[in-house]
Amino acid sequence: MSSTPAELNPDTKNETAIVELIDVEKSFGRNKVLDRVNFKIMEGKTTIITGASGQGKSVILKHMLGLVYPDSGQVLVFGQDLCRAGRNKLKEIRTNFGVLFQNVALFDSMTVYDNVALPLRERMALPEEEIRDIVEEKLALMDLTGTNDKYPAQLSGGMQKRVGLARAIVLNPKIVFFDEPTTGLDARRSHEIYELFYNTQAQLGYTAVIVSHDVPKIFKLSDYVALLADGKIQDCLPPEKFQRSDNPHIKSFVKTTMGNIYLSEKEEIDLHETA
Amino acid sequence: MLRAFEKLGDEFLYSLDQMGRMGIFLFTCIISMLRPPYKIAPIFSQIYFIGFRSLFVITFTGLFTGMVLALQGYYTLTKFGSEGLLGSMVALSLIRELGPVLTALMVIGRAGSAICAEIGIMRNSEQIDALECMAIDPYKYLIVPKFVAGIISIPLLTFIFIVTGIAGGYLVGVMLFNVNEGAYIQGMYSDVEWADVKMSIVKSLTFSILIVWITAAKGFFLHRERSGGFGAEGVSRTMTSAVVLSSVTILVWDYLLSAILL
Repeated sequence: MSSTPAELNPDTKNETAIVELIDVEKSFGRNKVLDRVNFKIMEGKTTIITGASGQGKSVILKHMLGLVYPDSGQVLVFGQDLCRAGRNKLKEIRTNFGVLFQNVALFDSMTVYDNVALPLRERMALPEEEIRDIVEEKLALMDLTGTNDKYPAQLSGGMQKRVGLARAIVLNPKIVFFDEPTTGLDARRSHEIYELFYNTQAQLGYTAVIVSHDVPKIFKLSDYVALLADGKIQDCLPPEKFQRSDNPHIKSFVKTTMGNIYLSEKEEIDLHETA
Repeated sequence: MLRAFEKLGDEFLYSLDQMGRMGIFLFTCIISMLRPPYKIAPIFSQIYFIGFRSLFVITFTGLFTGMVLALQGYYTLTKFGSEGLLGSMVALSLIRELGPVLTALMVIGRAGSAICAEIGIMRNSEQIDALECMAIDPYKYLIVPKFVAGIISIPLLTFIFIVTGIAGGYLVGVMLFNVNEGAYIQGMYSDVEWADVKMSIVKSLTFSILIVWITAAKGFFLHRERSGGFGAEGVSRTMTSAVVLSSVTILVWDYLLSAILL
């Protein structure tokens, strides 16, 4: 059985788990994707789930969102088991979610404005003027002013991601899930997305779960990094400890993806000061 | 031999799974329809799409169906010297059978295929997942307006089809073949009964539910299609299967209803 952050890292002992996967197993046909996965997401923290392509990172995310159910095991979100929650309970739990999908999943027949306004219109009984103010504020935060009447197909990939992020945070969710947020973007656009993520999280204080293989860049933003390999979460550790882990899967992952150990910003500063 | 049984069993289980899924889909739609809040604007927009935008094709088809019925009917009835019955023949054929069935088939071709494609593409591009994650009920938001609009529009379109069909029959029968105008209209008055109109209403109402149910469910469960619902080809394949399935179901259901109501 794999370990959880609370078991592995003394720093997490005082933290509360907001999402918890207990002995989760999932197979598609004869292909076992998740094999007794145990994993916790700590409140207010940023957790990265990484791993090679095809290991089931998005499947884990879909379990947390209640879009896919495990063959066995439990998925607890705010202490509630998603597998046992009825439609209404699930809907209630999801009112705390914001999601940025890999393909953004914007409503392609709606304008940018309507896309961001949709959750407000459907979930809140707000007058249209108030909705306009909130949408304008979020679009400005994403540097998307002036795109209100454009359709998603008229925007670049980076802009679409920003609209997706604006929609994900428009209701100030407690937890935001990011599925490969920088896939298909060049280095500059990826940096923009990370910066926006960093700023919005600092402003709204949400818990973030990021599925990404954009290492080591993504380490700078994370509190914990979890590696999914062979159907299991091999370990979930702060980025510095993750890079120095003795776990053979993590060692091999770090070696193949980064070549050598990556220094966090703090370590870089310390090193610079020592020199 | 064993493989054949295995395949048969597999096919049976898949069909059972599909039927169960379709049943739960309809049940969830009905529950969502009854549950507040009730939003009128999306229903109007769907009435415009399913009803108003089908108006031309329905009028056109209705007119020519009535015309060809009168043409064929005239030559047949003349053999028996009963051309005076042309009006009642055209009206009864349209009210009992052709009106509801042909309207349903035209709506499947025009709006049903579009409903399946729209929902299927939304499923493929994770837009339905996005709705669920935003705690927006996709049944209430996407499907219910289509159901309500279908239930309102399709019986009205059937009525328009029948009226234009009768007018088409009048054009051919009375104006082209000089059938007595009084006989044409009086034949309808005397032979069409309330039971015939009731049958037409019941058929068009149940057809409307069947059309939206099958086409919307096929799109909604596109990702569960055994033949693979992915990509543009998957959408087109599912759309074709939705059109075929709903058309065949309409014809079978029409026979069953006729047998019960006659």
